[in-house]
Amino acid sequence: MKGNEAIAEAAIQAGCRFFFGYPITPQNQIPEYMSKRMPQVGGCFLQSESEVAAINMVYGAGGAGARVMTSSSSPGISLKQEGISYIVGAEVPCVIVNMVRGGPGLGSIQPAQSDYYQATRGGGHGDYRMPVLAPGSVQEAVTLTQDAFDLADRYRTPVMVLGDGLIGQMMEPVDMDQAADRQPAADLQPKTWAATGHKATEEAPRAIINSLYIDPVVLEQHCMKLQAKYDAIEAAECRWQEEMLEDAEIVIVAYGTTARIARSAMRKCREKGIKVGMIRPITLWPFPEAAIRATMKTAKKFLCVEMSTGQMIDDVRLAVEGQRPVEFYGRTGGMVPTVGEIVEKLQEMNGPVCAAEDLLGQAEKAFEKAASTAQETFAGISQKIEAKVNDPAFVEKTEALKQKTGELADKAFDGLAKGATLLGELGSKAFDALSTLVSGKKDQNDKEGEN
Amino acid sequence: MAVVFKKTNMLTDKPFHYCPGCTHGIIHRLVAEVLEELGIGETAIGVAPVGCAVFAYDYFNCDMMEAAHGRAPAVATGIKRVNPDKAVFTYQGDGDLASIGAAEIVHAATRGEKITVIFVNNAIYGMTGGQMAPTTLPGQVTTTSPYGRDTNHCGFPVKVSEMLSTLNGPAYIERVSVHDVPNIKKAKAAIKKAFTLQMEGKGFTLVEVISSCPTNWGKTPKEALEWVKSDMLPAYPLGVYKDITAGGNE
Repeated sequence: MKGNEAIAEAAIQAGCRFFFGYPITPQNQIPEYMSKRMPQVGGCFLQSESEVAAINMVYGAGGAGARVMTSSSSPGISLKQEGISYIVGAEVPCVIVNMVRGGPGLGSIQPAQSDYYQATRGGGHGDYRMPVLAPGSVQEAVTLTQDAFDLADRYRTPVMVLGDGLIGQMMEPVDMDQAADRQPAADLQPKTWAATGHKATEEAPRAIINSLYIDPVVLEQHCMKLQAKYDAIEAAECRWQEEMLEDAEIVIVAYGTTARIARSAMRKCREKGIKVGMIRPITLWPFPEAAIRATMKTAKKFLCVEMSTGQMIDDVRLAVEGQRPVEFYGRTGGMVPTVGEIVEKLQEMNGPVCAAEDLLGQAEKAFEKAASTAQETFAGISQKIEAKVNDPAFVEKTEALKQKTGELADKAFDGLAKGATLLGELGSKAFDALSTLVSGKKDQNDKEGEN
Repeated sequence: MAVVFKKTNMLTDKPFHYCPGCTHGIIHRLVAEVLEELGIGETAIGVAPVGCAVFAYDYFNCDMMEAAHGRAPAVATGIKRVNPDKAVFTYQGDGDLASIGAAEIVHAATRGEKITVIFVNNAIYGMTGGQMAPTTLPGQVTTTSPYGRDTNHCGFPVKVSEMLSTLNGPAYIERVSVHDVPNIKKAKAAIKKAFTLQMEGKGFTLVEVISSCPTNWGKTPKEALEWVKSDMLPAYPLGVYKDITAGGNE
């Protein structure tokens, strides 16, 4: 399935019955899929007039106690920041999907990971954190989208599912059976706080969904209450994946599809004997700082790889607390790093000698290849010549040519002989004439001498 | 002793914070009484704005949600889609509805969202200290139009009832006033009709209530009501702008 569609179906299977969204590339399959599916399950799909309106519809529906979702991409997520801040302050659960594209501004429609700061450091105003889940495959996107609804309800918080643009567009095999009809987690409480229009009683007073606390004493208490919530989330909900860390000297930190590319680079380096391992954060907030710190048992250096100019690297540095160098490799603006680029960076980090050795090795290989190519070519030419020489048709032609050449040569030789004879005769004649001339002259001289 | 007048159950006991002569007090009461009389108050869900009525969630005795500035129609859309059988209303000022919320109100109206919007128009920004509003009259002095609104510089007032009535989504739009008792009675009737039509599933309903703001107009309460008659009503004529039940208006 395509990532976007799998995410939408996963939400429906998790009991989401309200979706409000606005078109923006590269996530349009989500609202399109929802527009078809929601009526089928008795839910409500509404295309809003803007991303601003959509997040406020989400706030309303979530405040009324429903499982509700919106999706967008970077510029649209910027528009939603006000709404997200209100949702956080009012403690309304909801799921927000961001398919990240190149930025800033209108940017590009290609994938990026340049919304890390926005997702984990606000980007709405006020003292708050928001759980951020970063899938690395379509299957994981399905699982995390469903987990997001439970997380949101458990802690009364918005939850972001952060896809790096590739996730939404790529097609991968997905097992939707395991995600089908997923029930809310057993520990979730009934939403007695919601504005459902219930008749108020002593035990269940009327609901006020609000983030305004004009008395600073009260607002501070509210913010501390939110902080306690975030402490609980940090303690219980942090997720990450570890690979090849037992003896790793260089540890890669990467998330989303970038981690898949980095994984290939890691394996290639292992073949060359470089001890590379990887930590893949799955929750970007809470960030797996303890897990990263633990790798320093063996790790000498860290490499942070992102499709940005470096945002998650701040969290890696904070986790490492200055005890190890943290380097960065990244592409941005919608460009995707290659395995080769990351391998090169890792080799560089592993040491210049190794890099040089490897370059030599590459040169050697190239030379061998050239030599064997030359050999092959030469053998090929020899074969061709042999074949030609032994080819009867060719031999016939050659014989005919020899014959003709022989005839021509004989002719030439005859001509040459004739010429030589002629030349000899002419020579004798000339010599005789010359002798006559010389003796005549001599006689004359003698006569003149005698005189 | 017979009770001739009782405060409606749909208002809490919290004293209003509004200025002397502010018409919010009257309008709150009308809305609350209508909700009670129609029997839809206990299960209603209201959306408070950002403006002087930002604390409306403390005054209306039903479930309430506080919206961001201008976003109330979108919030109400979410609530009503989840609770189609409950009365859902927004209560908004002219900055909230006609300025930052212009997109949200137009689209809720054109989608025919089955909500009731109470639009309080006093031609100024009250809560923030008297700045110009989209509804401020030409020549009117405010803290951000100290020389009087110059139409060459910043244009003309927006006529919300007229504008929204051009759309097919709204079922009922009326502009009323509360500057004297006969008009207060008409205003209540309009609000009642609006909620009735919502509960009948007829569509989007809006009542624009011309209001006074003595504090920011720099007038006494009495002068303010006079100014409503002399200046506001000519600029904002009262009347029904859309009514699909009146026949021939669709």
